[in-house]
Amino acid sequence: MNEKKQAAAEQHAGGTFELQGALRSLAVPFLAIVTAMILGALLIIFTDTTVIAAWGEGLGSGLRRSWEVIALAYGAFFTGAFGDVYHITETLRIATPYIFAGLAVAFGFQGGLFNIGAEGQYFIGGLATVFVGYSIKGLPMIIHLPLALLAGALGGALWAGIVGFLKAKTGAHEVINTIMMNYIAYRLAEFMLDVGGLMAREGYRPVSPEIQPSAYLPQFFPSDTTIRFNAGFLLALGVAAFIWWLLYKTTLGYEIRTVGKSPHAARYAGINVPRTIVITMAISGALAGLAAPADILGVIHFMPNSFASGYGFDAIALALLGKSNPVGVVLASLLFGALRAGATNMQGIANIPIDITSVLQGLIIVFIAAPEIIRAIYRFRGLEEGEGLVLTQGWGQM
Amino acid sequence: MPPVLELKGITKRFPGVLANDHIDLKLHEGEVLALLGENGAGKSTLMNVLYGLYTPEEGEIFVRGQLAAIQEPNDAIDLGIGMVHQHFMLVPVFTVAENVMLGMESIKNGILLDRQDAAERVRDISQKYGLDVDPNDMVGDLPVGLQQRVEIIKLLYRNADILILDEPTAVLTPQEVKGLFEVIRSLVAQGKSVIFISHKLKEIREIADHVAVLRRGKMVGAADPKQCTERDLASLMVGRDVILEVPKKPANPEAVVLAVEDLRVMGDRGKLAVEGISFEVRAGEIVGVAGVQGNGQTELVEVLTGLREALSGSVRLLDHEILNAAPRVITEIGTAHVPEDRHRDGLVLGYSVADNLVLNTYYLPPVARGLVMQETVINQRADELVAEYDVRTPSIMTPAGNLSGGNQQKVIVARELSRDVALVIASQPTRGLDVGSIEYIHSQLVRKRDEGAAVFVVSSELDEVLSLADRIVVLFDGQIMDVVSAETAVKEEIGLLMAGVHSQAELEAKREAAA
Repeated sequence: MNEKKQAAAEQHAGGTFELQGALRSLAVPFLAIVTAMILGALLIIFTDTTVIAAWGEGLGSGLRRSWEVIALAYGAFFTGAFGDVYHITETLRIATPYIFAGLAVAFGFQGGLFNIGAEGQYFIGGLATVFVGYSIKGLPMIIHLPLALLAGALGGALWAGIVGFLKAKTGAHEVINTIMMNYIAYRLAEFMLDVGGLMAREGYRPVSPEIQPSAYLPQFFPSDTTIRFNAGFLLALGVAAFIWWLLYKTTLGYEIRTVGKSPHAARYAGINVPRTIVITMAISGALAGLAAPADILGVIHFMPNSFASGYGFDAIALALLGKSNPVGVVLASLLFGALRAGATNMQGIANIPIDITSVLQGLIIVFIAAPEIIRAIYRFRGLEEGEGLVLTQGWGQM
Repeated sequence: MPPVLELKGITKRFPGVLANDHIDLKLHEGEVLALLGENGAGKSTLMNVLYGLYTPEEGEIFVRGQLAAIQEPNDAIDLGIGMVHQHFMLVPVFTVAENVMLGMESIKNGILLDRQDAAERVRDISQKYGLDVDPNDMVGDLPVGLQQRVEIIKLLYRNADILILDEPTAVLTPQEVKGLFEVIRSLVAQGKSVIFISHKLKEIREIADHVAVLRRGKMVGAADPKQCTERDLASLMVGRDVILEVPKKPANPEAVVLAVEDLRVMGDRGKLAVEGISFEVRAGEIVGVAGVQGNGQTELVEVLTGLREALSGSVRLLDHEILNAAPRVITEIGTAHVPEDRHRDGLVLGYSVADNLVLNTYYLPPVARGLVMQETVINQRADELVAEYDVRTPSIMTPAGNLSGGNQQKVIVARELSRDVALVIASQPTRGLDVGSIEYIHSQLVRKRDEGAAVFVVSSELDEVLSLADRIVVLFDGQIMDVVSAETAVKEEIGLLMAGVHSQAELEAKREAAA
């Protein structure tokens, strides 16, 4: 009886520990963002000639001018990210493909694979989705749209699945092969979309034909054409929820995570490790492939050559920032969406180069990847040893 | 003369745990002090305090009568305190001399490494203490016993005279243990002092001058190891009487469950590891494999469990041929496997205890319904198994990596032995565990036998095989030297068989031939 009580008490203690752990795991990303903004502010005032001139006039005017510049810049930044319906929806729209691409890399990490090729999978997904979008005519939306989305997912799955297959069969490292597949994807897209290419439209622009309206992702504000927010965002949230469920609630997710954490234990447990690697890569690729329809079916409605977006590499940062957890990836994507939307506005109003976002993103990632810096600055205790995040196995390990 | 090392009232707390509770300890010059305690008793914490890796909340350390402030390992090294960790910190592609000089390199002409000078000093140390290590050997090529000596030389090179050896025999073969003890005797004879951490009672009685026993963070007693029995030490350590012999009834062997015939297996180095062996294991008996580590046991078990492909032969499990079958097929026919390397194969250290308990049943009803895993079933099962198999864990959600070695092994044993199986394969089931856990795991294996399972145990501890098995298969160099009944087995004879000789006469003949 007594023992049972004690056990219950211990379980309870375990519960509060988890809550504390969750709060603590949020503390680092939050402080990383704050610190990056502070450093970004310093960068802004040190590169502003009016501020430097004001410091020459004396301490008071220097401080005042610094404050004015920062207030203007970050004011524009926050208006740009959250200021009104247009800016909020723009943040969410930009976040949409980030969610898909971030989930792709995070999913790979969960299975112990480093999918560095989300960019290539995005291209192939784009080609597939745009082809289905413009070539098939006369279908009702309820069939055409899912078909085009599916094409994007399958294109990405195929592209990454090849890499998974090579790894499972020959042990070829996925980092090398996803990079190589990226180049093939870029050039394939160029070949298809260049003027006169198989998928290029008539005329002198190296872009695909417009997709059929039946393949458009529905707009939330169809009356206001400046607002580009569309159903892709809801799809992204739904897919994130599905991936979370798949990873943590299903046998397949258990297999994938077991292979990711310990291939030896997975083999011992009777899990077919090569098969799991192929499946993990294919699902990861499908997610990256879905980032393309978010742009093509949701916003631009055709596929340009030079589609390159940097999603593939931002996706790595997102997965890192979100600690490979689907919920974390969604939050990280919203942050990146806000950074991008805010920076665009900051450039327009405060005349600060849009590149400041890259600096902020870079700083945030550095602080998250090296949390000791944040802990040292803000003096709080870290996780116990052994709780650190291990994303992939080392080179050549299987 | 003051003790060379004295700890007074050392107290170290971790969140929720009092790891060291006002510990006093004295070490005199030229003596071997054994620090005895179960896993998690606080031995390692205490030594890490001494070595400057942890800062204690209370307490003082005196070295040669002087109050010492040890903030980091460098302070400890400056005071002549050195530690050989369980896991060696050596660079395999460096020579012995290069490893030893790493961190305090000999320099000539301002910038060049003076390997010769270092090698010379290593050779001197090696000769002085009878370590028998060639400074120019590549460390990666050395057997574990010699690598350990390289670690000891590293300390002596830095003029350490208080040597802490953290479970030094855990990784050694019986012969290597003997060699290590000779080295320790030679060290103390020349004025060095040694703290020897272990939970192997026999070794402590053999090598230690004094023994200090830790239990749950407290110093519970000091004893003269020559005066007490192993049983005394064991009960002091565990806090209750322990049974060192495995209590079991005579075996009642029935039908053949596992039949191995003419099995040949290639090892990792492209050399035959198992060379045409045949044996059977029957329901209701425990067959033990005795042999020095590295004589084909690991490869044999891997083939039996589907983790390695065999070259040829036959393995029949019940009515199925399972040679080169997938691990899952073998598991599903009815095999439990307690693997040799519990961290690599037996557990996913990042998973909770509950998730580890379903590692090979996660896809079967009732744990999973279709694709969906049933969390309530998993947690309920975990609660039951944790209670039944006495796994000491803060919660079933605690990551397995946070448990002590003994409790990790209990998680594996609970998972494997709670299933309804015809064959249990246990490889080194108690390696590195404390007496209490060993006792428990042995009793569970015997219980499984009495329930009618065939049990196959591989261990490099001859005592374990002798006390647990009903029949003993002696492996040497991938071949079966002999199969003996445990009742009639003589330890010395098995020892000889493990060394590859059939009789004392043969051994002498071999010696003569060699001479």
